[in-house]
Amino acid sequence: MISQLSWKVGGQQGEGIESTGEIFSIALNRLGYYLYGYRHFSSRIKGGHTNNKIRVSTTQVRSVADDLDILVAFDQETIDFNFHELRDGGIVLADAKFNPTIPEGSNVTLYAVPFTDIATNLGTSLMKNMVAVGASSAVLDLDIDVYQEVVEEIFGRKGQQVVEKNMEALRAGAQFMKEQLGDSIQTMKLEKADGKKRMFMIGNDAIALGALAGGARFMAAYPITPASEIMEYLIKKLPSLGGAVIQTEDEIAACTMAIGANYAGVRTLTASAGPGLSLMMEAIGLAGMTETPVVIVNTQRGGPSTGLPTKQEQSDLMAMIYGTHGEIPKIVIAPSTVQEAFYDTVEAFNLAEEYQCPVIVLSDLQLSLGKQTVEPLEYDKIEIRRGKLVTGELPALPDKENFKRYEVTEDGISPRVLPGTPNGIHHVTGVEHAETGKPSESAANRIAQMDKRLRKLKHLKFNTPVHKQVKHEEADVLLVGFNSTRGAIEEAMERLELDGLKVNHAHIRLVHPFPTEEMLPLVQTAKKIIVVEQNATGQLASLLKMNVGHADKISTILKYDGNPFLPNEVYTKCKELL
Amino acid sequence: MATFKDFRNDVKPNWCPGCGDFSVQAAIQRAAANVGLEPHQLAIVSGIGCSGRISGYIHSYGFHGIHGRALPIAQGVKMANRDLTVIAAGGDGDGFAIGTGHTIHAIRRNIDITYIVMDNHIYGLTKGQTSPRSEVGFKTKSTPQGSVEPALSIMEMALSAGATFVAQSFSSDLKELTQLIEEGIKHKGFSLINVFSPCVTYNKVNTYDWFKENLVSLNTIEGYDPSNRDMAMQTLMKHKGLVTGLIYQNKEQKSYQDLVHGYSQTPLVDADLQLSKEKFDQLVAEFM
Repeated sequence: MISQLSWKVGGQQGEGIESTGEIFSIALNRLGYYLYGYRHFSSRIKGGHTNNKIRVSTTQVRSVADDLDILVAFDQETIDFNFHELRDGGIVLADAKFNPTIPEGSNVTLYAVPFTDIATNLGTSLMKNMVAVGASSAVLDLDIDVYQEVVEEIFGRKGQQVVEKNMEALRAGAQFMKEQLGDSIQTMKLEKADGKKRMFMIGNDAIALGALAGGARFMAAYPITPASEIMEYLIKKLPSLGGAVIQTEDEIAACTMAIGANYAGVRTLTASAGPGLSLMMEAIGLAGMTETPVVIVNTQRGGPSTGLPTKQEQSDLMAMIYGTHGEIPKIVIAPSTVQEAFYDTVEAFNLAEEYQCPVIVLSDLQLSLGKQTVEPLEYDKIEIRRGKLVTGELPALPDKENFKRYEVTEDGISPRVLPGTPNGIHHVTGVEHAETGKPSESAANRIAQMDKRLRKLKHLKFNTPVHKQVKHEEADVLLVGFNSTRGAIEEAMERLELDGLKVNHAHIRLVHPFPTEEMLPLVQTAKKIIVVEQNATGQLASLLKMNVGHADKISTILKYDGNPFLPNEVYTKCKELL
Repeated sequence: MATFKDFRNDVKPNWCPGCGDFSVQAAIQRAAANVGLEPHQLAIVSGIGCSGRISGYIHSYGFHGIHGRALPIAQGVKMANRDLTVIAAGGDGDGFAIGTGHTIHAIRRNIDITYIVMDNHIYGLTKGQTSPRSEVGFKTKSTPQGSVEPALSIMEMALSAGATFVAQSFSSDLKELTQLIEEGIKHKGFSLINVFSPCVTYNKVNTYDWFKENLVSLNTIEGYDPSNRDMAMQTLMKHKGLVTGLIYQNKEQKSYQDLVHGYSQTPLVDADLQLSKEKFDQLVAEFM
């Protein structure tokens, strides 16, 4: 019996690799297992190797597994490309059609299963994926009936016959495999899961759902990997709430349209990845200068330029914090789990209105596209706060005087009136302006308005700016990260602790304004700090040095080859540094 | 009811004496009053440049954005509050150089806003460089030997992009300009009004006199029918785009807001931000 398993299916892009993984994982999720799926794919529609690696566990997992128990291969390339991941005793289930081979001398068992032939005999070779899922299930000793519900949902509208055929393919695959396995069937039998129904979703789903729950009723966006799912989800859902999504001509239009809609009072977001964010930089400055709320999602991918468009990276951090010319107040939040992605998106809309500034929800490809089991999201935790938005009637102003939209206040936040409101007329401009919004170049006014804007975030309230796992008052090492590296760091930490090291972990959720007060004591009480991040220059480490000092104690583990960190990589590199 | 004086404010424009933009400012104020608007019901979104300052010179809600981006901001405002009257305004550099992409897509999207371009064929605020509306041979600081790039035929471009309302006017003709802006505001969809608005400081070629000599009023063309797109295109080509009046209007085409699925009939800004528990549970269940 095993409590955890790593399964991968691979083949050519466009031949149903994704749906094979989907059927397998949805069924297991419904049995109560915790899943974590990560897709390897390329920027093309047909052809090229693709794979979907799925980790199955009886407890929550948030990282790609170090190795592989089962590899399902639809071509030889899949075996050649992924074989090194298989653990001793692992197995390969490969389509007999291409006469699969594995390297000699390995402790891996190859089963050539006639996926295509069995499927063709049952009616169509398209069902080879089902045969493969059936064969996999036999290895895990899972009852094929668990797929009935999922297969009905997917194929039900094509008719009962199609459902039956697919179930038959599943059974045929399982039957063939049982005969092959004989007595060794028990080696990968999965422990029973708790049977609880939980959500199974990608980070982008959670961001999109968070936007709906956070009151967003309009979105303007331009398609890009790995952000498009957010737009696609909202296009399906917003019309039922009277809202809309506009696919704009470019990201400049997306961001400025979102700013226009927010100015007029509708919670509006845009979402993109690095290249799109680069185009939005001027508009972000406009939002900062005009104190217009706006929520912008950045799902980081490999940069620079077009970079690695379908690969994991965390190299936009500095650009998100400092991007746009001049100096503006800006909030950057970096959730590290799907749950956080949901709650942080809801909160982003509140903070944008409360502090009247741009809020960037920073994600990365692994978080945005990694599909995982999620503990229930709580409705009662959703709240809507609109800050100093003026509602109700306003007193008449003396002879066409403007409303003081940019009134200098103690906390720097001014009352906000929406266009259309009687007696609220004011001007909004990216030019430096006086309290009424009218342009002003006076030195005294410039200082007053600059200070007012930058003062707004001095007392920013943010729940849990750092996710802390702090077991030790004095630590041998403090591991620091942000976004999706959390799972790999947590697992590495457990292994380091087993080696007798005292390890604390801080995952930074509010990356700007930097949570110095939270981080300083953790840094002070650690002998060494290791920042784990997916970029080539150690951007988070630089931020940490800038804000809390102790540069001599801070070192980095960096990865920028496009692949997510594995727990073992973090563990091994930590050992080298300690 | 408000009069045009109610749309005046106390800000002194920083335009040169004699600038065509003064008339555009007056025409917007008059048109707004004539269609029965109160100042708070109007939002003017403008770009960057001399003309871009116009949103600050009219007593209404005003948003002075960034260069070339008045249109997406204005479309966002309208999507958020369909009860507001939204006017976007800017110069030829704003609308036909840096913002051309937005202009074309705003035209084809057909959201119900009015776009007024103050077209002086030159870059004024940066002190005299060529514009995409400058004619071949036009000498400026950036084209000392004369421009070799042809001027963009923007009215034809607008028609090609699927415009439902295209008009052109001259800042000297306050009456016609006011009337066209009124019609543009009333038009259910995107209306483009290009206004020849001479720059008295940097453009010594396309002067008031030059426009008076070269512009042809569509009223003088017998049988001109602004509902006929072919005729509009041919007339524009025949007169090299130098015509004034209502060039084309399609009254049948519905606006974006009326076509897009599910979009609220009441202003979106009034929507309830709270998801009901029932709706939330239903959305969550879809992921299980």
